[in-house]
Amino acid sequence: MALRPDLAAIAEMIPKGARVLDVGCGDGALLEHLSQTKNVDGRGLELSQQNVNACVARGLSVIQGDADTDLGEYPSQVFDLVILSQTIQATWEPKTVLGHLLRIGRHVVISFPNFGHWKVRLSLLAHGRMPRTKTLADEWYDTPNIHLCTIADFVALTQTCGAEIEQALALTPEGTTRPMEAHAWLPNLMAEGAIFLLRANDAGTSI
Amino acid sequence: MSDPVFLRPLTAPDADKGQAVVFGPDRALPLDSGRSLAPWTIAYKTYGTLNAERTNAVLICHALTGDQFVASSHPVTGKPGWWEIMVGPGKPIDTDRLFVICSNVIGGCMGSSGPAECDPATGETYGLSFPLITIRDMVRAQAMLIDHLGIGKLLSVIGGSMGGMQALQWAASYPERVVSAMPIACAARHSAQNIAFHEVGRQAIMADPDWYGGSYYSRGTQPSKGLAVARMAAHITYLSEPALQRKFGRTLQNKGGISFLFAPDFQVESYLHHQGTSFVDRFDANSYLYITRAMDYFDLAADHGGVLAEAFLGTKTRFCIISFSSDWLFPTAENKRVAHAINAAAGNVSFVDIKSDRGHDAFLLDEPEMFSTVRGFLNSVAANEGVA
Repeated sequence: MALRPDLAAIAEMIPKGARVLDVGCGDGALLEHLSQTKNVDGRGLELSQQNVNACVARGLSVIQGDADTDLGEYPSQVFDLVILSQTIQATWEPKTVLGHLLRIGRHVVISFPNFGHWKVRLSLLAHGRMPRTKTLADEWYDTPNIHLCTIADFVALTQTCGAEIEQALALTPEGTTRPMEAHAWLPNLMAEGAIFLLRANDAGTSI
Repeated sequence: MSDPVFLRPLTAPDADKGQAVVFGPDRALPLDSGRSLAPWTIAYKTYGTLNAERTNAVLICHALTGDQFVASSHPVTGKPGWWEIMVGPGKPIDTDRLFVICSNVIGGCMGSSGPAECDPATGETYGLSFPLITIRDMVRAQAMLIDHLGIGKLLSVIGGSMGGMQALQWAASYPERVVSAMPIACAARHSAQNIAFHEVGRQAIMADPDWYGGSYYSRGTQPSKGLAVARMAAHITYLSEPALQRKFGRTLQNKGGISFLFAPDFQVESYLHHQGTSFVDRFDANSYLYITRAMDYFDLAADHGGVLAEAFLGTKTRFCIISFSSDWLFPTAENKRVAHAINAAAGNVSFVDIKSDRGHDAFLLDEPEMFSTVRGFLNSVAANEGVA
């Protein structure tokens, strides 16, 4: 089964044999890929019990839980890498969640849709209604995405949380990824989404 | 090794009676109460074949009223094994590739040392002179059996309800010997409500005039009525309100209408009566007292300074915890609490809650999602350990 391009790009960032926590691991496609191709010691946290059961039946180590409430229970610095894929915009407290991720893992990989993409900006400007695009398809009243942000917003949050950006990738509308200058204005306009590899500057005290 | 001795008449004398190990006076079983048992016996049954590397052994721990006959006919009742749906050739716990061991708990009444057995020191039946036992004592006894069988590590320790308590205790007591553990429909402690129900059962037994302070054996009687009531009360806790409603509703035994008598009018009454009376044919009342007490005493966190995560600190064991949504005896939240504690100890844990309206007993029933979980987890553990 081919991995979604953004997940494939994330998988590229993971070193062999790493201890990985995938927060919001869905049906476990990325975790399974990582354990098969990179021999990682993988764990997952997933909100949907149905997804959790499917993961465990596939032999993955996954528990049901909520990124907003359950990350506090994880001990500090036990994972080489924590992944949060396309989820931060759906959490109640993105700043707290990011703080926990930086505490739990030595590195954090995080991906999210870019609300600064030109199609989103144009859609709001042209129609005067909450933007709906291919990646943000829901109506404003039934979207799980309650904390959308732009790449520039996220870069600012990494500074607030004391995180260092080790790598930044732009997700293109074609579904491919390319390196980007996270602080520049153009990627914030052109990228549909972003993947960041972060490291806590002062591990454990970033909340 | 010898054949276990059963106290009850065998309905199925041709059934495989399993085996028993007698540990002599030099191999005493130390107990949490400070007392010890010597000599003592543990009865068990195995299924499948131990591989040359001795890496495919799985221990199944039975629940309160279970026994070692997990996947073969019960010699006393002649009924199929209590978990044949789960254990056997090609089943989720596949005896074609795994060596399955199941032993009767200490304090039980299917061949292991218990209150109904003869005290070698006095030549008389133990009765209440049998020492109080704990879940940890049961596990300590199992560990000596596993040693005796020449097995260092268990690929998995699996059990539901009280069996799940034992699986957790195994992982806490002998982390280096337990590759994986599957505690199902259980908790790291017995709740106040659970202790309360057990006390109802014990009081029913002790209120029966045929109990004679626990020394009914020599009088050729047993507190059948008390034990049946204990079983009836307990059985309600194994089901769920919707399951009872679906199964029985207010359906009457006699289609003619209510009798205006206290004989069973409702089908649910007859069902409970049947559960009670069939139970006394195969179970010892004193064993019921001892084993319920062991469950009441179980509190894994209390053994570790009140912090459950401490019980699993540094554990290399892989855990898979399964709960059932309608289980109010060992609710999902209690199971989840264990999962989160293992997580907090940086342990490797999966947690699956299965939607079912069949209550606590669901773990013994046809629950496909449980089967796929058990199969997937065991496959993954076996692959990691290089078990073919």
